[in-house]
Amino acid sequence: MAVKVISPGLSTSVQDLGRPGHYHVGIPEGGGMDRFATRIANLLVGNDPDAAVLEATFMGPELEFTQSAIIAVTGGDLPPKLNGEERPTWESFPVKAGDRLSFGFLKGGARAYLAVSGGIDVPVVLGSRSTYILGALGGHQGRTLKAGDELPVGEGSGKAGLSLPANLRRARSSLAELRMLPGMYWHRITEAAGNRFFEETWKVAPEADRIGYRFRGGTALEFVEREQPFGAGSDPSNIVDACYPYGSVQVPSGTEPIVLHRDAVSGGGYMMLGVVISADMDLIAQLQPHTPARFVPVTLEDALAARTEQRAALARAEGHLAG
Amino acid sequence: MSIRFNFGGDEHIFGEVSEEMSLTSFFTGLSMTNAVRTAGIRGVTEICPANASFQIRFNPDIVKPQDLLSELKSMEEAASKADPVLKTRIIELPVYFQDPWTRETCLRFRERHQDPSSTDLEYSARINGYATVEEFIAAYSGQPWFVSMVGFVAGLPFLYQMVERKKQIQAPKYLRPRTDTPKLTIGHGGCFAAIYSVRGAGGYQMYGITPAPIYDPTRKVRYLSDDMCLFKPGDIVKFKAIGRDDYDATLEEIEANRWQPTVRDCTFSLKDFNSDIYGTNAKLMELINGR
Repeated sequence: MAVKVISPGLSTSVQDLGRPGHYHVGIPEGGGMDRFATRIANLLVGNDPDAAVLEATFMGPELEFTQSAIIAVTGGDLPPKLNGEERPTWESFPVKAGDRLSFGFLKGGARAYLAVSGGIDVPVVLGSRSTYILGALGGHQGRTLKAGDELPVGEGSGKAGLSLPANLRRARSSLAELRMLPGMYWHRITEAAGNRFFEETWKVAPEADRIGYRFRGGTALEFVEREQPFGAGSDPSNIVDACYPYGSVQVPSGTEPIVLHRDAVSGGGYMMLGVVISADMDLIAQLQPHTPARFVPVTLEDALAARTEQRAALARAEGHLAG
Repeated sequence: MSIRFNFGGDEHIFGEVSEEMSLTSFFTGLSMTNAVRTAGIRGVTEICPANASFQIRFNPDIVKPQDLLSELKSMEEAASKADPVLKTRIIELPVYFQDPWTRETCLRFRERHQDPSSTDLEYSARINGYATVEEFIAAYSGQPWFVSMVGFVAGLPFLYQMVERKKQIQAPKYLRPRTDTPKLTIGHGGCFAAIYSVRGAGGYQMYGITPAPIYDPTRKVRYLSDDMCLFKPGDIVKFKAIGRDDYDATLEEIEANRWQPTVRDCTFSLKDFNSDIYGTNAKLMELINGR
């Protein structure tokens, strides 16, 4: 069984739940940017939650199947079409040999996840099938898909007609509220700049990918004056190169915040204002450029409570699918 | 000296040993991360040493953030007191300085540079007080470097030269980053050298290129078949300046998969180093030069 790529879409890659454990040599965890959608797509087609799926960004690919399978599309609102006929998202349906899957225009969110029963069976590299594009590692030849690629699929046994109702999915809103724990190098900016950072509404910039999301539209930060430490570099936003947490909010030159995501660069020389909490990483994955966004300060206790809540939401969805 | 600890969201603890770079801070960070690795704390998923700081990633569903923080703090005293002796290795890396490829790239992005009328090497030699590019390269390749961090992208080492502070080479990053840097470029920004493991954007001054791959996701290169990244934090690197003929010959050997870098096990004592920098370095370099 295989999936043939007729056209690749804008940026489509093989992803699973990632490869932790190699960040100290600069290899990020990677994996589906929207973890909830990745897991649910797999469960809908009878796979383990960590099977490999296709992550399509903004625009879907066109694919042909060489054998029957059960498939499902989750995540952003990118309507699948089977041989030209629209099919629902968040619901499993059958395909047979020679069938073509394409997608309509994106109606909401940013990334869709396509699971095929049996999972995309590219080689496991460092414990994962995820594509790390910057390092040309994993996935299908270490890169996004191209027309003419053929992806092997494992043996599966899903059933059609399984679906996740809307009330068990994350609700989408027109203003993204990214909860963040201030810290790291927060002390480098003035109190007024810190207050403004949270009060202002930012917008997702076009530079938004698997590495990170850039935001624009707020006021440039004012830094607390200091003599730059030895080795840090001369810009007030420079630090001696340090590790970057997933979700960390760096502000090069104090102008445009960048939130690092699953394919984060693992370190560098820009100060960070804090870190977006783990429960809001999936939300970022579904933001389109120009979406208004605000950063909302929370405490560690809030972050842990949100994480517990997120796990409960996943458990409810899993419970529903387990019947 | 006391480590500044900070929660990076709900999954990371960040520890800043000092704001400024120093070998002592690097060693304290390395001792901390080694202690965390040895302790085998349940729920810890990533242990990342950096130049003068470090980062621990954890799963808060398995280990409570405050408990992990207390455990790290309890290790701090031992880590900063420990006589920093490191069992490590010294790696000799051939570098073709003033090569045509970084030179071409350097000229292509001149308008993004502090001094468009000089090359990166001419500019860096001048601002560091060297009369000629050749003297600058002699200083660059004459004393070894510590791998003080690996990251940004896969396998990219940050290197800190093992000389006293007043001899540290410093250079600003480009005014605006380039959109291109040749793969395996030796670059310099702030007080750090870096080796670009993959082709891509970059802001460091460019001095030369090594024929030796340092990252191989396909693991076909013979010395990268186990670990796809050559460098680990704590490695010592000695650049060996080579010319075009040596570069071409080495490249040919690499393409036939016959070449591998000279690597020797060694022990490094920070105390010995601080009391006699150049004597300590000379002994290290004997390991790769002596047969």
